[in-house]
Amino acid sequence: MDFSFPPEVEAFRTEVREFLAANLTDEMIAATHDGTIHAPELHAAMAARGWIAGPVPEELGGAGRSALESVVLNEEMQLAAAPVDAMAVSIVVASILLEHGSPHLKDSVVPRLLDGSALGCFGYSEPESGSDVAAAQTKAVRDGDEWVINGAKMWTTLAHISDYVILLTRTDPDVAKHKGLTFFLVPLDTPGIEIQPVPTMAVERSNATFYDDVRLGDEWRVGDVNGGWAVMKTALKYERGIAGGQFPSPTVIDAALDWAQTAERADGSRPIDDPTVREKLMRSLIDVEVCRGFAYHTASLAEEGVMFGVEGSMTKLFASESYKRHCREFQDMMGVDGLITHHNDDAHLGGRIEENLRHSPVTTIYGGTSEISRNLVAEGHLGLPRTR
Amino acid sequence: MRTRLTDDETAVKEVFDGFFANESPIAIVRAAEPQGHDSELWSKLAATGAPGMALPESVGGGGASLRDLAVVVESWGAHLAPVPLVEHAVATRFLHTCGSDIDSLVAGEQIATLALRDSVAGAARLVPAGAVADVVVARAGNDVVRLNEPGPGTGPRNTGDLPIADRELSSAETVGSADEWTRALDEWRALMSVAYCGLGRQALALGVDYVKDRIQFDVPVGTFQAIQHGLADAATKLEGAHLLAHRAVWALDTDQPDASRLAGMALLFGAETARFCTDRSLQYHGGYGFSEEYDIQLYHRRASAWLLQLGEPSLEYARLADDEIGPIGSSGEAA
Repeated sequence: MDFSFPPEVEAFRTEVREFLAANLTDEMIAATHDGTIHAPELHAAMAARGWIAGPVPEELGGAGRSALESVVLNEEMQLAAAPVDAMAVSIVVASILLEHGSPHLKDSVVPRLLDGSALGCFGYSEPESGSDVAAAQTKAVRDGDEWVINGAKMWTTLAHISDYVILLTRTDPDVAKHKGLTFFLVPLDTPGIEIQPVPTMAVERSNATFYDDVRLGDEWRVGDVNGGWAVMKTALKYERGIAGGQFPSPTVIDAALDWAQTAERADGSRPIDDPTVREKLMRSLIDVEVCRGFAYHTASLAEEGVMFGVEGSMTKLFASESYKRHCREFQDMMGVDGLITHHNDDAHLGGRIEENLRHSPVTTIYGGTSEISRNLVAEGHLGLPRTR
Repeated sequence: MRTRLTDDETAVKEVFDGFFANESPIAIVRAAEPQGHDSELWSKLAATGAPGMALPESVGGGGASLRDLAVVVESWGAHLAPVPLVEHAVATRFLHTCGSDIDSLVAGEQIATLALRDSVAGAARLVPAGAVADVVVARAGNDVVRLNEPGPGTGPRNTGDLPIADRELSSAETVGSADEWTRALDEWRALMSVAYCGLGRQALALGVDYVKDRIQFDVPVGTFQAIQHGLADAATKLEGAHLLAHRAVWALDTDQPDASRLAGMALLFGAETARFCTDRSLQYHGGYGFSEEYDIQLYHRRASAWLLQLGEPSLEYARLADDEIGPIGSSGEAA
């Protein structure tokens, strides 16, 4: 086995670090406190470098970067606490379109997603279907050359700043649920769409989106009619590498270390000299190294041309569950100061640990809950029987 | 970057999976209890060249890398083979580095081991493989000493049925310094983290096989999500432990700057993971898991025992923290 990066990937890592040092500002990170996890200037600067298009093959308009370079980009951005959500989702949407989209979508939409001039968001979940995503009830019905869409989607996060939503619809209600689904890419300025904010317990806002006689041409269809499940699999394949993040913890651990070294307890001692704090810090750093192993493993498999499956679920499960634990432990370490939010000027490092604590519960839910991940590992890796 | 075994490593794995399956089936493991050593198995293993495989060819070794040795160790761990492969290999590599005589050790005619905890007042307590080792390497103050003396053959009964024993070092001679010793301990840590992955994988496999066959409430218990999810958590940690363990070995093999850090981390995570795997697997066996008859208890006890040969795990975390953020009292400024 060999865990070294080729020199060109190491060079790329250096380039990313220098780019982030020059382009990512504290203001950009603080601006996400309005609820939208997106930094337009950073997104534009990355697009200008071809980094949004990074993993997409050159012949399809991308930069053709290797999987190892993609994981390094992802790692460095998360280590720097860069707001990556909109970028990550747009890359997934572009990747889905490149695999399943019509020539119209590949020509008119993908270039805009890749050059940073447009954003996309996900429209899978509904009020009555989350993990059971194939139970979607939003209807698409043919009417001459057009499709008419009616229904509602939940957790269309970023829809309020996006240009497109990739929408899972039911086109045949009379067959098994997986066999009657069709995907569309829907421009969000199409008449009949309403976007309502869904506030969350964290800083980020999500959305509910409503579709009332939304009319689309067939050129907006993605994949075959009633072939939506195949597209869904592609979507989840790309999303699992991203949702939950492989490296959500380091920014929290950095903050915890800073607190431990600078805070003074009532008895005059510092948390950093407390063996229980030191053990927690080391355990969290071990978890990060485990996440690194997973991230490099999936990238290495992709580089070899082996499409990973259950490894993506394991990565997501371990990274998000350990992140949630780290947030809990380090907020606890801060005691009452751990409660102070970013609204207060004296919050430690802009209230970073507190903010992550409130964000962390969603990471074991979105992009496939921990329970779904465990099902996939049990079935796909251990060969245990399907239970649902 | 290659996070799977290479073709050459796969070939090594196949040979030694076969060797341990044939020569160290679970009946041999049981028969070796409580002493925890099978001298006939050691002779057979020595005949394969495994004990000296990671020594230079110039001294009669196999010229293999630490990574190749790790592949053998993972198989050794999976089979709980009652022979001190890791201790012998690490101690012998250390002695070779020091220029100390290893003629009787390369081919495994004699068994070497290392005392993982510093000796006190000329004695090393509960040395791994101390009951059977002819050569004991131990740290004594700023020196590392070598004792040439046959082991007592038996030691105190213990949780893991391991051949641990106290060794008197009064007749030992100095062979090296504490600086070089760190590397030996890190090799032990990294290799044992790999061994723990082997143990964990086999323990998990026992559990998975059991829950597929065991019928309760008219169905295999493996159809219950509560059980599936516990096993899935174990499998996930195990995959993470495996990647970390082999990364640590690679880092030592190629002198990466974070090699020592990774070795320490890999051992702690590997041990915790193997213990989690044995815990889940034993639990899902129900009462049978607690019985002597079923094999999972053999894995459970060794998962508990291997790490403690090094001492208190909390001191391992403390050691890593000292390296990472400076010692207590430095407020992290020493790092």
